[in-house]
Amino acid sequence: MSERKGYILFIDVEPNTGLKKALTKKRTEVIADIRNSGLKGRGGAGFPTGVKWNLAASASSDTKYVVCNADEGEPGTFKDRVILSEYTDDLLEGITIAGYAIGAETGIIYLRGEYEYLKKQIVDTIDKRRSEGWLGKNVGGKEVFNFDIEIRMGSGAYVCGEETALIESLEGQRGEPRNRPPFPVNTGFMGCPTIVNNVETLVTASRIIAKGVDWFTKYGIDKSTGTKVYSISGDCEKPGVYEFNIGITIAELLKEVGGGNAKAVVMGGASGRVVPAKDFAKTVAYVDAPTGGSVIVLGQERDMLDVAENFLEFFVEESCGQCTPCREGNPLLLDGVKRLKNGTCSMEYLQELMSLAETMQLASKCGLGQSSPNAFLSIIEHFETEIFGRVPVM
Amino acid sequence: MEDKKINSDTSRAPKSVKPHTIKIEDTDGIGGKVKVTIDGVDVRVPFGTTILDAAKMINVHIPTLCHHEDLCVAGVCRVCVVDVEGQRTLQASCAYPITQPIVVHTTSPKVRRARRNIIDLLLSKHYGECYSCVRNNNCELQTLAKEYGVDKYRFGHITERRHEVDNSSYALRRDMDKCVLCRRCVRTCIDLQEVGVLGAIGRGDETVIGTFMDKPLADVICINCGQCINRCPTGALQANDPSDEIWNAIDDPKKHVVIQTAPSPRAGIGEEFGLEPGVPLTFEMNTALRRCGFDKVFDTNFTADLTIIEEGTELILRLYNALVKKDPQIALPQFTSCSPGWVKYIEHFYPEYLAHVSSSKSPQQMFGAVIKTYYAQINNIDPADIVTVALMPCSAKKFECNRPEMSDSGYKDVDYGLTTRELAQMIREAGIDLPRIPKSDFDDPFGSATGSGVIFGATGGVMEAALRTVFELVTGQIADPDALAGQVSEIRGFDGIKYKELTLPEKLGPVPDILRMNKDVPFDSWDWLSGATLKLAVAHGTANAKKVLDDIIAGGKFSECHFIEFMACPGGCLGGGGQPIPTTPEIRKARAKAIYSEDQAYEIRKSHDNPAVVELYVKFLTEGPNGHLAHKLLHTHYTPRGKYIA
Ligand SMILES: Cc1cc2nc3c(=O)[nH]c(=O)nc-3n(C[C@H](O)[C@H](O)[C@H](O)COP(=O)(O)O)c2cc1C
Ligand code: SF4
Ligand code: SF4
Ligand code: SF4
Ligand code: SF4
Ligand code: FES
Repeated sequence: MSERKGYILFIDVEPNTGLKKALTKKRTEVIADIRNSGLKGRGGAGFPTGVKWNLAASASSDTKYVVCNADEGEPGTFKDRVILSEYTDDLLEGITIAGYAIGAETGIIYLRGEYEYLKKQIVDTIDKRRSEGWLGKNVGGKEVFNFDIEIRMGSGAYVCGEETALIESLEGQRGEPRNRPPFPVNTGFMGCPTIVNNVETLVTASRIIAKGVDWFTKYGIDKSTGTKVYSISGDCEKPGVYEFNIGITIAELLKEVGGGNAKAVVMGGASGRVVPAKDFAKTVAYVDAPTGGSVIVLGQERDMLDVAENFLEFFVEESCGQCTPCREGNPLLLDGVKRLKNGTCSMEYLQELMSLAETMQLASKCGLGQSSPNAFLSIIEHFETEIFGRVPVM
Repeated sequence: MEDKKINSDTSRAPKSVKPHTIKIEDTDGIGGKVKVTIDGVDVRVPFGTTILDAAKMINVHIPTLCHHEDLCVAGVCRVCVVDVEGQRTLQASCAYPITQPIVVHTTSPKVRRARRNIIDLLLSKHYGECYSCVRNNNCELQTLAKEYGVDKYRFGHITERRHEVDNSSYALRRDMDKCVLCRRCVRTCIDLQEVGVLGAIGRGDETVIGTFMDKPLADVICINCGQCINRCPTGALQANDPSDEIWNAIDDPKKHVVIQTAPSPRAGIGEEFGLEPGVPLTFEMNTALRRCGFDKVFDTNFTADLTIIEEGTELILRLYNALVKKDPQIALPQFTSCSPGWVKYIEHFYPEYLAHVSSSKSPQQMFGAVIKTYYAQINNIDPADIVTVALMPCSAKKFECNRPEMSDSGYKDVDYGLTTRELAQMIREAGIDLPRIPKSDFDDPFGSATGSGVIFGATGGVMEAALRTVFELVTGQIADPDALAGQVSEIRGFDGIKYKELTLPEKLGPVPDILRMNKDVPFDSWDWLSGATLKLAVAHGTANAKKVLDDIIAGGKFSECHFIEFMACPGGCLGGGGQPIPTTPEIRKARAKAIYSEDQAYEIRKSHDNPAVVELYVKFLTEGPNGHLAHKLLHTHYTPRGKYIA
């Protein structure tokens, strides 16, 4: 299948091994396996998948939904695209297992608008699975487990990757995040309990059922089990999509991709944090440097303020405009970076902006605004000399 | 385990406002109550109570901006954030339902910094010019700035306009440079009114509240109800103020300026002068209006009584033709027509039901037509020199008086619709201390009015007034208004949709003289109504109107009604778009109380007993109710508009 080097995800598994096993278990046993595996969401927030499934499973409702978040819009992230195109069948299997576990009859893949070209392949695979009895009525011969999957195209807005905005968008509304609580596991698509999971999470879940919890927990570290798929880009020799054991340090990762001479890396795309070279001994994912999968390598010549400017331009563009801190805050941070660049930002104003950045992190309505100042703040924290050199002495 | 309903968040379409269930464990075993600790004080609140409401219970003030009691939760301004122990981020207290015991801090340094930053952010983009702003001294943004001691614009302050003021509508004026994007107007228009002309367009810092394709308000399906104005925290929305033109007319010695005053403004205007809601200032207002320079001060209740006669006659004729003559063309139920917001709503959304709307004009328009004809005639004034002003609780009245069909007198029947808020401003400008001036009565010849006219201001009032008259005219027995009110108590109060069946006695009276004036009335006894059951309904707020209409379309119980009162505004006119700001369910209740107590103070409480109305028929509308001249002056037709306008 794939030439990629892998451990859990990028491996070949006999199709439907996981689903067959799942169907011999009780729903609660499937959820218990996922819970015991320690799997955390691979979409960025890292919420324990088993807990999420359990909440949706125990919510009282006749109708429930599984939504596969394939909106992958974080700059520098393209790992879901690879999984979607190379492991389509396994993904559909994972969605079906999730549907079985929580008691849903419908799965929805919310596919990023730019991935339209993958749609036919996915639809064909869905059709194939339906004709083989892995979707539709009595899936895999299991009495009264009916399940089918449909595809909806995203609208091209980054914020629609946020799970409640995604649901709004599915319901035909402007893609704007909702208040939480209530959470989608309780009140999701059309008001029904809904789990939203990342592409990688769902494939990993099917692997766990196929090959067992013990096999899975051999990978990773204590608090973060398994492996993680990364999209690595920027100033390195071998950019691309990689699967690494969780617990790998940034230095090791850089060695694999030929980025040894990096000045810094951005973990988690535009909403992530900038890690300077002195901290490259840190481990990746859920420990010291969380990431939804994007690693951007920054070479020695990079101007850190360019990086911040770039990211903030992205957020100014992508803010849904709903809440005050994010809507009005991002343009001000962007303006601040420009002032820093041309040496017109006073220390005093910089303090105000840092306080503003804290407010954005704390008071924004959704993860976009909450994480948009991360890069700005970490650059100021770690690259003091590079930045303050340009502040005019007041 | 217990299932409880709480409201889902939305700032958008009503279909996403679904009650849903959350399952929680009843952690401290006290049946549905949850313990919350706010700033060190413990309080037990019903499951699902928001932190904001819980704080109110113990008198902890949390500032808000996008929150409004009448509206569903938005959680967008973030001014109300608080610190919930164990949560990484601050939480919007207006949007956070308490479902398990939590500890909340409402004024930690983090919280104060965040609120201050957010207010500074709002101000940075706010085109503030308070002294020339309609909301100066009654503005929630201004209040927030004061509360948080804003002493400088840390993030700048915009001084250039970014948007053009939309002045296209007769009723509303939109200045988006003063908008803080709280979206209360959006929620009002969609959720409360089910009209939905306003929405957020654009993204990020280019977001603006706009209309469909950003058209001027006059070119979209706005019904002019002004409910959005009443809930806007700032001066971004206001009614189109004619007071300069009115002052000019007053100052022009050639002009004879008369004002009619509707029942609701008198119940609300005290709020503009610092009084508690619910203190009527009817007779003080008369004095103030004369001091302002109006030549005559009339009571719209006069034409409310006239409306009852005209609309009641129309109903009786419809009933006769449908029930006795079996004429299939007759549209029943008959819908009231006095709320111009409602009329425009049905023109846009249910144009195929326009035949149901009573052809009787609203009291405002009847008054205008009578003043520029009968009044001009008996006083020997050239109608061209008369300026009629209508003091109304309503912004839609401004649109109504500009309808081309509203000039049956040969002139514009009503020249200006003036709101309660705008009159309060004129009174302040004239240096009058309204609550503390002597009282005076209305002017003749329309001075006499009845309690029936007064209750037009509250939801159910038109229905109740009509029943007082119909009951007495049909049974020939004197109806005691209070006894009747008890009999039809379902019709009062603030339920969104009210329904009542009323069975007439077997033995009915003679057809009264006032009806016999109209020679075309085709019956000379009430036998055909003997023992009949009248089915009646009342709906206020167009979202409720929509429910009733959809039920009629589906052939439900409202399709069997004979008469339905519709008001565009929640609470009826007393909650109109021209009434004092703020508005809340409590304030509207207080105004209703004022209106019903006014009714009881009247000696005459039934429209047909109003001597001035009787005199008008005897001296002027001599062919009686629904007669030829009445038809020409007091009735009209409506325009099917549809939902899409070019
Ligand atoms: C602004 C924003 C964008 C997001 N975009 C994505 C995305 O493209 N794909 C994704 O899987 N999760 C995205 N997320 C995270 C989702 O909200 C959600 O946490 C995730 O889909 C849950 O799946 P998981 O538990 O399997 O990780 C985004 C979150 C935010 C705040
Ligand atoms: S944080 Fe930004 S993207 Fe999220 S709701 Fe607020 S404005 Fe929209
Ligand atoms: S909206 Fe409020 S803050 Fe703005 S100019 Fe008017 S009064 Fe001042
Ligand atoms: S006046 Fe009424 S219909 Fe018009 S925008 Fe405001 S709420 Fe909507
Ligand atoms: S116009 Fe008024 S109510 Fe509407 S969003 Fe702006 S400030 Fe809020
Ligand atoms: S009042 Fe709570 S977010 Fe606006």
